[in-house]
Amino acid sequence: MAKIQLNGKKIIINQKVSLFDLLKKHKLDKKKVAVELNGKIIPKQLLKKKMILDKDKIEIVHFIGGG
Amino acid sequence: MKKDIFKIANKFLKSRLIVGTGKYKNLRETANAVKASGADIVTVAVRRVNILDKKKPLLMDYLNPKKIHYLPNTAGCYNSNEALRTLRLAREMGGWKMVKLEVLGDKKTLYPDMIETIKSTKILVKEGFKVLVYCTDDPLLAKKLEDLGASAIMPLASPIGSGLGIQNKMNISLIIKQTKVPVIIDAGIGTASDATIAMEMGCDGVLVNSAIANAKKPIIMANAFKNAVVSGRLSFLAERMEKKYFATASSPKKGII
Repeated sequence: MAKIQLNGKKIIINQKVSLFDLLKKHKLDKKKVAVELNGKIIPKQLLKKKMILDKDKIEIVHFIGGG
Repeated sequence: MKKDIFKIANKFLKSRLIVGTGKYKNLRETANAVKASGADIVTVAVRRVNILDKKKPLLMDYLNPKKIHYLPNTAGCYNSNEALRTLRLAREMGGWKMVKLEVLGDKKTLYPDMIETIKSTKILVKEGFKVLVYCTDDPLLAKKLEDLGASAIMPLASPIGSGLGIQNKMNISLIIKQTKVPVIIDAGIGTASDATIAMEMGCDGVLVNSAIANAKKPIIMANAFKNAVVSGRLSFLAERMEKKYFATASSPKKGII
């Protein structure tokens, strides 16, 4: 088990899960979001390779209406 | 007449009106207002995905980024680091290089922090971004931004969401006269005539959000803005008559009975 922080919320996930798996779990299209892992932006092509580790801080953002 | 071309950072645009996508009742209204406005650029914000609500509708499902150009904005950022982080994420999301930089300095007035804005502009230009910069109406600072490589200068008419229109026409005029990249009025426009005034003064474009979204009938107001910007631009190109202190009769004196 890995305790992580996702968009400011503490959650527990299984080990050996990649960032891509995390997006899939939340039904998010990688074309419509950007992912930051511990303060570093992860390019889309690396999402499958990046495995989530204990204490990771992950931010997933998208576009919303704004001025 | 020569064809009137509007170009920002090598991107040719049909409309001189840019609209924001915030403050609407729902995404359907947002999409309808954007359509009625005729704008080909919309500003958008970068925010956390709501991970608890998987069914929440997405902006991209209502406004296709392949059909309408998204201009990611840093609204809500109060320092250079936050703004840079936001725009780098935006670039990763869809490869957007043309962005709107807005670094705020004060929660009450939402006045731009020009020290942080200048700092961010320098870095973003170096990283290859095409930066449209929200700024104060100070001609000196506007010049500084242009010298740093800003793709457009976007002075405020009055505070964001205030609807007070252009408060300092003289400063805006000075900025228009000195600037070679597009000057786009951003923030403070309250109604369609404010946009016409800005365009008549010689602004290259106008960015509007609240004035459309907060109107009682946003779709009709979007259409009003579309026409207001076209009218203002044509009026500018037509070069208005001279102002005189006394009356000049419109009908000839010759042949009076």
